[in-house]
Amino acid sequence: MNTNAIEAQGLVKIFGDNRAVDGVDLTVRTGTVYGVLGPNGAGKTTTIRMLATLLRPDAGEARVFGHDVAREGSAVRSLIGVTGQYASVDETLSATENLVVFGRLLGLSSRAARAKSAELLEEFSLTDAAKRPLRNYSGGMRRRLDLAASLIARPPLIFLDEPTTGLDPRTRNQMWDTIRRLVADGSTVLLTTQYLDEADQLADRIAVIDRGRVVAEGTADELKATVGAQSLQVGIAEPADLGTALSLVQQVFGAAGVVAPEGLRITVPVPHAEAVADLLVRFRDAGVPISSVSLDKPTLDEVFLNLTGHAASDDTTEPGSPDHAHDDIKKVNA
Amino acid sequence: MSTATLAPAPHTATIQPARVGLAATVSQSFTMAYRGLLKVRHTPEQLIDVTFQPIIFTLMFTYLFGGAVSGSVGAYLPLIIPGILAQTVITASVVTGVQLREDMDKGVFDRFRSLPIARIAPLAGALLADTVRYVVATTITFLTGLVMGWRPDGGVGGVVLAGLLVIVCAWALSWIFAYIGVIARSATFVQGVSFMVLFPLTFLSNAFVEVSTLPGWMQAFVNVNPVSHLVSAVRSLANEGVVTADVGWTLLSAAVVVAIFAPIAVRSYLRKA
Repeated sequence: MNTNAIEAQGLVKIFGDNRAVDGVDLTVRTGTVYGVLGPNGAGKTTTIRMLATLLRPDAGEARVFGHDVAREGSAVRSLIGVTGQYASVDETLSATENLVVFGRLLGLSSRAARAKSAELLEEFSLTDAAKRPLRNYSGGMRRRLDLAASLIARPPLIFLDEPTTGLDPRTRNQMWDTIRRLVADGSTVLLTTQYLDEADQLADRIAVIDRGRVVAEGTADELKATVGAQSLQVGIAEPADLGTALSLVQQVFGAAGVVAPEGLRITVPVPHAEAVADLLVRFRDAGVPISSVSLDKPTLDEVFLNLTGHAASDDTTEPGSPDHAHDDIKKVNA
Repeated sequence: MSTATLAPAPHTATIQPARVGLAATVSQSFTMAYRGLLKVRHTPEQLIDVTFQPIIFTLMFTYLFGGAVSGSVGAYLPLIIPGILAQTVITASVVTGVQLREDMDKGVFDRFRSLPIARIAPLAGALLADTVRYVVATTITFLTGLVMGWRPDGGVGGVVLAGLLVIVCAWALSWIFAYIGVIARSATFVQGVSFMVLFPLTFLSNAFVEVSTLPGWMQAFVNVNPVSHLVSAVRSLANEGVVTADVGWTLLSAAVVVAIFAPIAVRSYLRKA
């Protein structure tokens, strides 16, 4: 099938004088996982809400399996499942009651709704807690129920808004497995996340969104290539050696190191693993003692810094001011 | 898990018509009403205003005013029970607006809105589920009266008709509060505004006292107040088994309220939902 699950052009949503979404284009191919990566307040949830017909775009247009979200809302709603950032289930009801109500609303008979509910609770390991009111559910159980509720009608497109935010690592892994299974079975998933790692694990393609705009789009590998697959952090023991260390980094890695604020830690993208060994040998040969060494995967902050010139958590600075990017890390050209 | 569980249906097969049909709309509204009743079952404290309140009000007002207004508690019962009934059930209709507002602020409402269902179903379901509250309030008020010695001459038929009339009126009024609930910012605001409307409407009526004892200017208001017509209609139905013109006036008022507030409530609701 060559239809795209989602095609959005120039989506805009304005709240007061805040351009929450400011011209977002997205193309999501059927049968893939698409990750929308960005910090809090970047416009991820607003984008999902527009695609899911919960908000009307102020400009631009979007199609879900060829149906316009503004004009064919009902057709779009029959093709999607939405799992919100905050559990979109009824707190006062039990898990079974929630699923039965949603099933009945979707046109299942009472018996079919009960059967479907039992099946989904089993699938999401919630059978034991099926009769308990959701008040007593953990965050992970609530998310699982929320996802289960999105799957009653087996919609071909599923929106997951930050499905693992606030979950412990084990529960997060379970959620990832579930999402992978959904896709293996042919669903298309659009998920938002604040974690580069999560997008990397799950998404076929990723859009990095910042202040309502898509600032980068591509596969996880393409995205990470912009910051290097890994970064090396070297702690320099003696402040006097910093200059020598930076020039060695430049020579061996062919890239400029970044000095952390406290002044004794250099961070630099690693071109290939061999280079790390070369660099450490050069340090010893040059008599530069080091206090620590570590290899880190690039964080969302680094991707952001690289793509947008400001840190992901940097919510307060005015857009467009040129210098705010380097408040806490300064680039040094050796 | 089986592959069949999660495999999406071929999407061409799941496309529904752009508009939801009437039969589906009705069935979805009943499902939403069922959800409302499930919530009551899990949080029975929601029913306090239609269970304990009628008992307390009936006891309190009857013993407080009985001697002063009618000479004795027994003689006051035929006057006060219909009055208390109207007041209690009408007040119970405020909850529709308060709960609608609370509901619309919750995450679950997003799910309802993202389902391929009639957009009016959550509102219709809420109004439908609340009739159960009115039935409870009506039954308890009548029972309290009977226990206290009220012996309505209208018989079972008259009393049941009187109860139905009150329930219809409360349902009609709940459209006003549904509208306030839809446009309000918070549930507290709905509660505040609604009681500001309700207190004058229920107390400035013939519910508790003889109209002839009131100052002239107040009589003018009390006589046109639809609540007075409702109370008079309930009195003649329950106490005498007679259908008076007040029944007609009451139903007309209810119809007018619905005709005005149902469309604007629905329109504002659809705009927000």
